[in-house]
Amino acid sequence: MSVFIIRRLMQSILVVWIMSLIVFVGVNIVGDPVDMLINPEADQAEIERFIRDLGLDRPLHEQYWFFVLNALKGDLGNSFIFNEPALKLIIQRIPATFELAISALLMAVVIGIPLGVYAGLKPDTRTSKTIMATSILGFSLPTFWVGLMMIMVFAVMLGWLPSFGRGETELLLGIEFSFLTMDGLAHLLLPAINLSLFKMSLVIRLARAGTREVVHQDYIKFARAKGISQNRIIFVHLMKNILIPVVTVLGLEFGGLIAFSVVTETVFSWPGMGKLIIDALHNLDRPVVVAYLMIIVLIFVVINLVVDVLYSILDPRVRLQDLKG
Amino acid sequence: MNETASETVTIDPVAIDSVVGLAETPFRRFISDFIESRVAVGSLFVLGVIIFIALFAPIISPTNPYDLASVSILDSKLPPGSQSLSGVNYLLGTDGAGRGLLSSIFYGLRISLGVGVMSTLIALCIGASVGLVAAYYGGRTDTVIMRIVDIQLSFPAILVALVLLAVLGKGIDKIIIALVIVQWAYYARTVRASALVERNKEYVEAAKCLALGDKRILFRHLLPNCMPPLIVVATVQTAHAISLEATLSFLGVGLPITEPSLGLLIANGFEYMLSEKYWISFFPGVALLITIVSINLVGDQLRDVLNPRLQK
Amino acid sequence: MTGTPTLAVENLETHFFTKAGAAKAVDGVSFTVAKGEIMGLVGESGSGKTVTGFSIIGLVDPPGEIVGGKVLFKGEDIVGAPEKRMQKLRGDRIAMIFQDPMMTLNPVLRIDTQMIETVLAHEDVNKETARQRSRDVLAQVGIPAAEERMKAYPHQFSGGMRQRVAIAIALLNKPDLIIADEPTTALDVTIQGQILYEAQKLCRETGTALIWITHDLAVVAGVADKISVMYAGRVVEQGGLNEVLDHPVHPYTIGLLGSVPGHNTRGHKLHQIQGMAPSLLSLPKGCAFQSRCQFADGECDQTQEISAPVPGRTVRCCHPQVEAAE
Repeated sequence: MSVFIIRRLMQSILVVWIMSLIVFVGVNIVGDPVDMLINPEADQAEIERFIRDLGLDRPLHEQYWFFVLNALKGDLGNSFIFNEPALKLIIQRIPATFELAISALLMAVVIGIPLGVYAGLKPDTRTSKTIMATSILGFSLPTFWVGLMMIMVFAVMLGWLPSFGRGETELLLGIEFSFLTMDGLAHLLLPAINLSLFKMSLVIRLARAGTREVVHQDYIKFARAKGISQNRIIFVHLMKNILIPVVTVLGLEFGGLIAFSVVTETVFSWPGMGKLIIDALHNLDRPVVVAYLMIIVLIFVVINLVVDVLYSILDPRVRLQDLKG
Repeated sequence: MNETASETVTIDPVAIDSVVGLAETPFRRFISDFIESRVAVGSLFVLGVIIFIALFAPIISPTNPYDLASVSILDSKLPPGSQSLSGVNYLLGTDGAGRGLLSSIFYGLRISLGVGVMSTLIALCIGASVGLVAAYYGGRTDTVIMRIVDIQLSFPAILVALVLLAVLGKGIDKIIIALVIVQWAYYARTVRASALVERNKEYVEAAKCLALGDKRILFRHLLPNCMPPLIVVATVQTAHAISLEATLSFLGVGLPITEPSLGLLIANGFEYMLSEKYWISFFPGVALLITIVSINLVGDQLRDVLNPRLQK
Repeated sequence: MTGTPTLAVENLETHFFTKAGAAKAVDGVSFTVAKGEIMGLVGESGSGKTVTGFSIIGLVDPPGEIVGGKVLFKGEDIVGAPEKRMQKLRGDRIAMIFQDPMMTLNPVLRIDTQMIETVLAHEDVNKETARQRSRDVLAQVGIPAAEERMKAYPHQFSGGMRQRVAIAIALLNKPDLIIADEPTTALDVTIQGQILYEAQKLCRETGTALIWITHDLAVVAGVADKISVMYAGRVVEQGGLNEVLDHPVHPYTIGLLGSVPGHNTRGHKLHQIQGMAPSLLSLPKGCAFQSRCQFADGECDQTQEISAPVPGRTVRCCHPQVEAAE
């Protein structure tokens, strides 16, 4: 198992390194580094001082070297707008985004899997057909529009739930969380549902497809021939088999959730990483953009690693194969 | 179907068919299988209507929302079904600047559909070629190409698009480029998978024996046999591309205001949400929704029909 | 044999309702199996033998359905019995062994899990007792170091071992009837022999009735007490093993025995039954075999009743080859 993990670690480090190259190239070669890194309102003298400070008059590979060194130290430049270290800004927002993404993921799984399994076991009932029809709507509806409609109906017309911001938070282990307060939960509900819809539809379809495939397998028939109860067959024999593909997809999709939170955060003004970068893009706050990209890559790489490890735990065939090889 | 030698046998419908001469070509069977789903046929019809609207928007729109002379701020924010001072009937209301929503939607459909379809086609050509090459030549070429594809695919589309647009800036051509870059990898992977299977089949060997050029083998022999999954992916991807473009436009990094797609129309209506002027965002969204759902429904049926595992 | 037979199948009919029509997979099958008796159910692919097995244990899935006849298990008709009742019987009083050991065990569950659950589904014992019993049965079927190996997953076993596990599972609750559907087809010959021997021993000792479904006559020749030969959904000949093998009466059985390579004289063409089995969707009126039978004539168009041309033997044929058999 450790050989497997080490190999994946090496691959991950490689990806992060390549990404840093791409980001560096993007900032320094494709665009004008002076424009990108220096506050556009600085005057000529300041500009020249910046150029010297940032080493923009040095050869390219030296610049890259500085970039990497600084990055490893945690210095990715200061935001033009907030005049604070870009990295710090982003890290401050991570809990908000993660809270949103994890809530969405939980909803997608907790609601999606039972619905999908049901639709797979009884494909011809009215309920199943409704579930499948709704799932098509779920991944066809553009998330941002659904968000708008949700605000329209639940916040403006019905006045049940708030439509923007994060509400009250409470500290847990030094980090602020929304779900610990009623007000926070109220603020969390709409955006989390909005973000989860797409994934939920995916989970429903996956669970259904998986169920339909597994249900016809010989080992299910054999389990029935042994007189095992229907419940046990569904919850043990069936579930474990469909969880494997579902978990794999979900793990990878979690990264997608974090990325896509950009949209939900914008619609609901949720103060997470996503909103930060959209604002940064509009305001041409390049250091923040760079910092965001590097962090996101790191997050993705870690997620992929975790998913691989999880997968090998869940599927005994993969786990034991690695032991031999 | 087995035929028994005995006289007293029941009529075999397939046998009759072939006697009468209605040969079942794969294409015919594809069409008849497809038609089995009324939902899919309905969606296809809806899509046809949408495409028609998109193509002929300038001709069939009741008003021209981009003709500044005919747009008056006095007409702004009228609810659906109201009449303007000049007697024009706004079926779906007007937006913040006084433009008729129905017409804006027609024009918007044109752009949304155009950008979506165009980027899909280009991405398909590029991706399919790359996939074919990777599968056909194998070895290091294959490994290198697939590594790139894998890395690209492990990043979510929206992120890649955001980054690209941040670097490239605004404009309809830049959006298409971004969408193409986001999508090509799917096609590459799909085509490579089918091509790998087909590559080992005998007709490829036969073609090689005839010393046909590589390019000819790739495009005239391999590609047509990789079409079925490609068609399915392309259909679903078109829907994704349209959705992605709308999202990007909504976020303000997509198309410029001069070429408003449905996404931008929805964004424009955002600010009026709190004052209950829902229609400005609602109707463009519905138009977008209908388009995407129809494409997905057609794509679903295509997938069921073209799936080799489900064919007897 | 005195007393109620363990299993008595009477005129069983199982049809599959497809878009193309109703396929009569089992078309009026009858036989009995007594306590401790081993019956070989022989037939080619498509003859309906597997569906018969599933019909008995009540696992015929849509579009298939039992449309007629009775299955009397120890006197109780279980056709159409409520699912709860069938669940109690399956795995406990009636056990089934499937053909392909690769696919019958759930790949993501451990062997011990799959065995223990079988015990716990039918008996109110604690887990440890169930585990002990599983271990003992595994040892009984010849799996070495049972305690260790139980904790493994199916893919870590070879084909032969997996089948032994399946057999062990069937034996766990000491059933009255075991239906074995081609249990040794996927295994090599030496293992086959072992399993055959052990099966016979088991039935003699415990009084378990066994139905051995196979397409290979040679396999049952070594183990069965009686044979039922199936063709196109019907039983065409039935009788004691040696009697049928030495003196077959139905033209199909004769053809079957004749085509076994061992019977051939060297240098001569292998005997083959000409033609192909009819489609179950369009069975001919009367005898299903007539199109391939050298003795067929106009009479064969009538529905073939079961007759007993020779004591202890039943056939469905209007031209039973009794004279040739003498």
